[in-house]
Amino acid sequence: MPEVIIPIGPQHPALKEPVNFRVIADGEKIIRLELDLSYNHRGIEKAAENRNFIRVLPLLERVCGICSHSHSTVFAKGIEEIMHLEIPPRAQYIRTIIAELERMHSHMLWLGVAAHEIGFNTLFMWTWRDREEVQDTLEEMSGNRVHYGMNEIGGVRCDLTPVQVDKALSRLPNLEERIEKYVDMVNNQKTMLLRFKGVGHMSKEEALKFGAVGPTARASGVDIDTRRDDPYLAYPEVPWNVVTDTNGDVYGRTRVRIGELFESIKIVRYCLENLPGGPIRVNNPPKIAPVGEILSRYEAPRGEVVHFIRTNGTDKVERVDIRTPTLANWTSVAMCLVNQNLADIPVIVAAIDPCLSCTSRIAVMNRNDRKAGVITMDELRKRDRTCRIKLDES
Amino acid sequence: MIDPLLLIVYVIIFPGFVFLLAYALFFEFLDRKITARMQHRVGPPFFQPFADLIKMLGKEVIDPDGVDRQVFDAAPLVALAAVMTAFLYIPVVWTSPLAFQGDLVVVLYLLMLPTVALFLIGWLSRNIFSAIGGIRAVTQMFIYEVPFFLALLTPALMAGSWSISDIVVWQQEHLWFMFLQPIGFVVGLIGLQAKLERTPFDIPEAETEIVAGPWTELSGRRLALMHLTNDVSLVVGSSLIAALFLGGPVLPWTMSPVWLNWIAGFLLFLAKTLAVLLILSSIKVATGRIRIDQLNRIGWKYIASAALVQVALVLIIDYLGAAA
Repeated sequence: MPEVIIPIGPQHPALKEPVNFRVIADGEKIIRLELDLSYNHRGIEKAAENRNFIRVLPLLERVCGICSHSHSTVFAKGIEEIMHLEIPPRAQYIRTIIAELERMHSHMLWLGVAAHEIGFNTLFMWTWRDREEVQDTLEEMSGNRVHYGMNEIGGVRCDLTPVQVDKALSRLPNLEERIEKYVDMVNNQKTMLLRFKGVGHMSKEEALKFGAVGPTARASGVDIDTRRDDPYLAYPEVPWNVVTDTNGDVYGRTRVRIGELFESIKIVRYCLENLPGGPIRVNNPPKIAPVGEILSRYEAPRGEVVHFIRTNGTDKVERVDIRTPTLANWTSVAMCLVNQNLADIPVIVAAIDPCLSCTSRIAVMNRNDRKAGVITMDELRKRDRTCRIKLDES
Repeated sequence: MIDPLLLIVYVIIFPGFVFLLAYALFFEFLDRKITARMQHRVGPPFFQPFADLIKMLGKEVIDPDGVDRQVFDAAPLVALAAVMTAFLYIPVVWTSPLAFQGDLVVVLYLLMLPTVALFLIGWLSRNIFSAIGGIRAVTQMFIYEVPFFLALLTPALMAGSWSISDIVVWQQEHLWFMFLQPIGFVVGLIGLQAKLERTPFDIPEAETEIVAGPWTELSGRRLALMHLTNDVSLVVGSSLIAALFLGGPVLPWTMSPVWLNWIAGFLLFLAKTLAVLLILSSIKVATGRIRIDQLNRIGWKYIASAALVQVALVLIIDYLGAAA
């Protein structure tokens, strides 16, 4: 059979997000992959420059619908460091609790999606049902299921009452039991093993070479985790382990994520049980940050998210640049897919837990001369219509 | 010989086409409901498959650019006609009045036609997803069809007849083939699951990989007919397994008056087909989709070998029986 080009995305049932792969396949085997990112320009970074620190947090929270807390925490953490603010331990703990609950619901969502990609809808339905428990906890604590809005510069917005703490603690044993069931399924369910083992393999060297982050890197045996390597929040005080795996394939990535679910439960339980007293925010935090630059790192559910922040002595940032884990992992996907089966595309792509609303924010690329750069708003408006037509012709 | 008027009633109304279509839609509902409950969902309301069918029949039919319209229109019709015809030879109330020597082969042949129609649709759609799906459908057919045929022919070998109704009668006198030929029964169920393209064998229409495979470009009437074909295939397949391995719609003894037999037979038919459906749905819920290369390996290495072992066993038993 001659080579065929199979377009996947920007509209495709496997990928509900705007990205385009042109898969060049020979029968069922993938020969090459062309990635076309950045269908979306959301202008978040520019918008962030026009808002003061109080108003910018809700905006950054909306970079992503899953790791919303990650983006606001990493920013708040950076700004607080520039301001030399020491936030109270209770606030640190609450931020940690929310962060780990977020990791749990993200990983459970991922497990469901991965199962769905191989047509195993039962696990998909089950994990998403159990995920509701985590979401309920988050809603009880913050009032919201997705955008918790817990962070403020200098602390957190609302306190945890003893009732909330007890309720959250009472949910954990049930979750643990369910997750153990998933471990059992992942390790023993025949069709899952068939589809996950040896698929999308990436060695440790390749993971380092392509700059993979998060569970994707850890599954290949790369022992990195920002929570341990560059400690922040309450992580140094909590006993927990970095989960790594040596399989390097989709199976390994699943095991890492399920292992992290257990670790998250451990962290949440420890934090809830050892919640320190005291205030939840700094009284009267400064509105203005001194001139400075900072690279704030944070371990989001998908890997390391980095915010570069530059302040200029006003109540606004001069520049904030966001590097999301999905962007760091894309190249490894393109590498993993070569020589794999056509049927494995969805699950390999899903294995990095891609989040395109996080990633597709700013880069502009000209398809014809392959030049990337920045364009003005007027130019963008002019190009708006013509872009599509050019794309169809080529 | 049966009264011609009765025969027409048999073919058109009960247990022929009208009953078949109603039962097929009911089967789809049950299948979806069972799946949903096992997956902790609510599931569709009772009339959902019927409503879907009517809705889709009324929708606009869209022709992909440059497609051969006549073949595109005909393929779903041929598929539906084939599986509906197949149902006439399967015993529903006691034995089928249309039975003849060799109807088992005809039924198996007719059941194969929807796959061929799907391949044609996929190939004609001028769409890369459909083409890949069509190729996968036909590849899969070559894998499951041999063990499926072998598994369903073993009851015929043992009963010494190529008629499904005769095989049912043989089981009435002896024992269900499920107990006599357990390997054949399992292979038959797996083959049926693969034939109906249900998980783990939904490779040709893998939603997350190739959108809907050959179904991608189907719309309106064509889509409705293909869905109906699937539902009818499910009924025909289940009742075929029920007839060949579960003793079919006959009681081990006869009652008088004769119509009591018919009612009992019909109730048995319902119970047995629903039992088969329950097994098929459980398989669907409990598995994920495997890849075509994995199916190829498993199919030829294990399933086909198992079917051959079953045939060999039957031949040996027959030989020993003849010698004794």
